[in-house]
Amino acid sequence: MSTFLLLTITGLGLGAMYFLIASGLSLIYGLMGVLNFAHGAFISVGGYGTWWFQTNVFDGIDSLLWRWLLSAFMGLVLGGAFAALVELVLIRPLYSRHIEQVLVTVGLQLAFVALLIGGFGADAKPYTVPPWLHDTTTVFGAHIPNDRWIEIATAIVVLALLQLFLRKTRYGLIIRAGVENRAMVQALGIDVRKAFTLVFAIGGIAAAIAGVLSGVYFNVVGPEQGTSLLIFAFIVVVIGGLGSIGGSAAAAVVVGLTQQYTNYYASAGIGDMVVVLLLGVVLLTRPRGFAGAVVGARA
Amino acid sequence: MNRDLVKNWLWPLAVFGLLAIVPKIAVDVPRLFDQPIDSPGTLALLASCLVFGALALTYDIQFGYTGLLSFGHALYIALGCYLSNIAITQWHWQFWQGVLFTIAVAFVLSMVLGFVSLRATGIAFAMVTLAFAQAGAVLALKDPHHWTHGEEGLGADYTKLPQAFVGIFNTKNLYWLALAFLAVVFFIVRWLADSSPGRVWGAIRDNEPRVEVLGMRSRAYKLQAFVVSSVLAAAGGIVYMLLFNGSTLSVTEPNFTLTLLLMVVIGGAGSRWGAVLGGILYTYLDDRLVAIGSSSQVAGLPKALRTPLEQPLFLLGVVFILIVMFLPGGLVGIVQRGRPTGLRRIREAVGGEAPPVKEGV
Repeated sequence: MSTFLLLTITGLGLGAMYFLIASGLSLIYGLMGVLNFAHGAFISVGGYGTWWFQTNVFDGIDSLLWRWLLSAFMGLVLGGAFAALVELVLIRPLYSRHIEQVLVTVGLQLAFVALLIGGFGADAKPYTVPPWLHDTTTVFGAHIPNDRWIEIATAIVVLALLQLFLRKTRYGLIIRAGVENRAMVQALGIDVRKAFTLVFAIGGIAAAIAGVLSGVYFNVVGPEQGTSLLIFAFIVVVIGGLGSIGGSAAAAVVVGLTQQYTNYYASAGIGDMVVVLLLGVVLLTRPRGFAGAVVGARA
Repeated sequence: MNRDLVKNWLWPLAVFGLLAIVPKIAVDVPRLFDQPIDSPGTLALLASCLVFGALALTYDIQFGYTGLLSFGHALYIALGCYLSNIAITQWHWQFWQGVLFTIAVAFVLSMVLGFVSLRATGIAFAMVTLAFAQAGAVLALKDPHHWTHGEEGLGADYTKLPQAFVGIFNTKNLYWLALAFLAVVFFIVRWLADSSPGRVWGAIRDNEPRVEVLGMRSRAYKLQAFVVSSVLAAAGGIVYMLLFNGSTLSVTEPNFTLTLLLMVVIGGAGSRWGAVLGGILYTYLDDRLVAIGSSSQVAGLPKALRTPLEQPLFLLGVVFILIVMFLPGGLVGIVQRGRPTGLRRIREAVGGEAPPVKEGV
């Protein structure tokens, strides 16, 4: 029982990171039709940005909590700014040329990983966090590392904020309308391109949060970490239904839990296979994903 | 008719014929190569350039010729590379048995996975192929049956390999093998492009709804292109295994497919010479830029400038982005001005503009 509980919470923690990445991917795809490979770079900007500020700028702060929080905040700012810059410089000139946009993000992702390896080395960097994050809390006999709670709570807060933003604000309305029918939004005289930059910035911040949290989860940040998380986020996005935040959240939980359970009860590595199998089954039975948006409708 | 004969068959034959005499040239080309052309080191580099030229061309069957953007092509190359090796090294089969078995498995696997992944189209297809390839990569890494040796990689049992391809002295044979494979793939693609399925592939790339309206089942044709390209990729994987005396995890990784995509786009998608040129040039630069990065001129630069120059993948990634943005026809697009080439033609297939009507989000 206690093992099961530990696996469940850990799976949810993993799912939380998938959701943070997938939500941005899904919004960007829904609005702009771009599969954003550079999301892996946004994750790394968050992770490495936090690590860099921790070791170079805020290393004078004695309180590990504040040092971590301030550095993480700077990581998020960098992630959002970098994402907005990518949209302005690389995506916007290729407006409405989807295939080129995807290719540019692929090139950026590859070049960025190479740059990280060149700048900071191929080895992973240790990540300092307040020690209590790695203590455990005992719940019903299960010793659960504290960072799992932070990951889950962050994802829930981000989900709530995103939904609030999408449902209650004018820009949220434009984005939702744009996901549904971009041509109509433009016909109404609204400059949808501003929403593109905004969606990239939001996605970049969410991905940077995932980068910060993955540093806590794995204890290190490495150059390839973003890429490996990104692949499962892609699976989450397809299973959840492209363009749907709620679908991504549900799919992230399912994928995270499935991975943890099967990796433990079957054997290590099987979990990853089962997730891919799940993707195949979903595509065969419900090609639209959980949330019902048409998979690949933009093709 | 005669002009076509010259352009389609005699030109390529002349080029491949010239490439075939390269191992007999004992010349030193100081800046381009460290060692004389006929030395094993240079020949091995040239052979891997040729293999990547061929692999890029197999990828282009899907991407440039049919408009399918796959992120999982590495799966079939890895299958060829690993399964042929496992057959001889772990199961102690004869080499030719391993080759036949590998090709058969590649055929069946690409049929099954192609059938499933082609239910999705456009970008979703790309993601699904990526996921399948990732499953293959995990399988090779975790190695549940102790066949692949995980991160160590699996060295081939050289007693089972054809003796003509074993040993440094025989590097020239490997070069010829790579060249022969490239020529075979080149002429197969040449022949396919003019065949009736090949024309349907091109039509699917240019305008898939129209193909459907004409009463053809575009999915069946796409599956055909997928299987042909995947089986050729598996054959390329076997050549790759011979060239590198074994199998390593790098061929299984998603980045391997992305590298092929870079090669095809840099050279010029949907063009035989473009894909081949891209593959050759990329592989050559990837190898040689390391030498430039560690040269004394670069070492004297400040760190902020030196770091990017020491990373070939960074430079190639930047070149790729610039080509996508400013030269969508790739390098061959410079020569073939005025004709719609490269990405311009594929754009419609993968990312059409027409916004879909969705029922609720």
